Amino acid sequence: MFTYALRRILTVIPVLLGMSLIVFFMIRAIPGNPAQVILGQKATKEAVEALTHKLGLDQPWYIQYLKYLKGLLTGDLGESIRTGAAVSQEIWPYLAATLELSLAAMFIAVIIGVNAGIISAWFQNSWFDYVAMVLALIGVSMPIFWLGLMEQWIFAINLDLLPTSGREDVRNPIEPITHLYLIDTLIQGNTDQFIQVLQHLVLPSVALATIPMAIIARMTRSSMLEVMKSDYIRTARAKGLSMFWVVYKHSLKNAIIPVLTVIGLQMGLLLGGAILTETIFSWPGIGRYIYEAIGYRDYPVIQSGILIVATIFIFINLVVDLLYAAIDPRIKYN
Amino acid sequence: MAELARNEAPIETIQENEKAISPWREGWRRFKKNKMAMVGMGIVLFFILLAVFAPLIAPYGINDQNLSLRLQAPSKEHLFGTDDFGRDIFSRVVYGARISLWVGFFSVLGSVIVGSLLGIIAGYYGRWVDGIISRLFDIMLAFPSILLAIGIVAVLGPSLKNALIAIAIINIPNFGRLIRSRVLSIKQEEYITAAKAIGMSDARILFHHILPNSMTPIIVQGTLAIATAIIEAAALGFLGLGAQPPNPEWGKMLADSKAYLTQAPWTMIFPGLAIMLTVLGFNLMGDGLRDALDPRMKN
Repeated sequence: MFTYALRRILTVIPVLLGMSLIVFFMIRAIPGNPAQVILGQKATKEAVEALTHKLGLDQPWYIQYLKYLKGLLTGDLGESIRTGAAVSQEIWPYLAATLELSLAAMFIAVIIGVNAGIISAWFQNSWFDYVAMVLALIGVSMPIFWLGLMEQWIFAINLDLLPTSGREDVRNPIEPITHLYLIDTLIQGNTDQFIQVLQHLVLPSVALATIPMAIIARMTRSSMLEVMKSDYIRTARAKGLSMFWVVYKHSLKNAIIPVLTVIGLQMGLLLGGAILTETIFSWPGIGRYIYEAIGYRDYPVIQSGILIVATIFIFINLVVDLLYAAIDPRIKYN
Repeated sequence: MAELARNEAPIETIQENEKAISPWREGWRRFKKNKMAMVGMGIVLFFILLAVFAPLIAPYGINDQNLSLRLQAPSKEHLFGTDDFGRDIFSRVVYGARISLWVGFFSVLGSVIVGSLLGIIAGYYGRWVDGIISRLFDIMLAFPSILLAIGIVAVLGPSLKNALIAIAIINIPNFGRLIRSRVLSIKQEEYITAAKAIGMSDARILFHHILPNSMTPIIVQGTLAIATAIIEAAALGFLGLGAQPPNPEWGKMLADSKAYLTQAPWTMIFPGLAIMLTVLGFNLMGDGLRDALDPRMKN
């Protein structure tokens, strides 16, 4: 296990290097002079030259790349062209917002997805099974940006139950500590604000949760069905154990392993999906940060934003792989 | 000579038998039995027909504006209502099928061609060639796909063509890996060793023997990939990075509807429904094809 873990961790290094190379070349792949494109056609020659120099575009590419890599290793993610601030300094609040949204979405997806899958398998071919699986099929095919708009229309505009967009009530702003607002309001003991944050979180996290929920439900169902056919489950039933215990204790223990992998993979995909959800719900997360940067052609922010999200994605996959190897003793890695 | 003649007869018989139970025919028989798959194929065919006969079906042109009829609710004249320019949403949704299917099909075709080529080269030649190509796939798969697509479009500039290119690029590693693993197993087969032994060229072995034998997973994966590509194209359109106005692209139509959610929800409902149904159709069909043609891929 230790050797496997070490080898798996080492494989991350070339992937990270390759990723940094792709992201580095992104800005250089802009047709024409990137500095001119960033500043627009009306920019003066001096301004273009100054930006070319500032971005290091007047040096050979390998020197530029080494400098870029050195910067990354020392936590220098470049400067935003729009705000002039260091990306590493302004990125955390956005990242925290995305993290809160993604974790909330994953929570919903796992609780509902796993239980729907279990009940579907338990009552295979029942009406619940059919309804749940048809919904799961629709969920997988659902464009989340459409679902988000539908939610806004139904729950915020028509029923007026929940806020349409944003992360907090602008009339009652939250004093950030960690920038994870649920935690911040809890630390401050402010129940009213905690409830407000929760209310703002419901619609975007449900929209973001839909696809992973559907995939988790389908995976749990098929995995449970397979396990429930095994001899030891029949023995457990024959011993007179109640079906609830057989399903939730004996079967789930073995059936959950492939589901865990799917959950891990979905967590990574949520980060991508967050961009769309954040745009619809004006959620001030990393996706919106990158999206707005595209409008301003703020390439350092686009580069660093993409690199950070991709790095988190890689580390989530790494943790999932290691957990998978640790949990399932049947898997041996050579 | 006599021995050769004796051997010829059984080969013909085998070939005839193979014709009778060709794997494609067998696959189609299994596919037909799968109700969900048939529903999926029905939906896909419906949208294909819609796209092909759009000029005959759509009652209005995609850019026919009538500002006196802005944001009208669905009625007999305008089945899906009108948008903020007074354009007929039904006609725009019908023409939108052309764009979505076009992007979905051609982006996947691009991924299949490039991905298969790289996968075949990696799998067949192995060693350092495989090392480089496989690492490239690993790196590309390390990005959340929509994020990579956004990055590519941010560089190339927002347009439908660039969105198609971006979607094609992000799906290359999926096909590359699939074909690579397929080639690795086919390479060990005796008929490939035999082909090598009689001096057949690498290109002939690759394109006449290995590629045709890898078609099943490509078709299955390709159908499912069209579903993803359609959603990705709509997502890029929604973010303003795909089709540009006045193209009736479904994602872009949804983005435009955001401002009129309170007054005119129909501007949002119908394009979204069209995306969902098309994607559902391809997903159901892809699942059905997988079960019928390649049951091993199920899990």
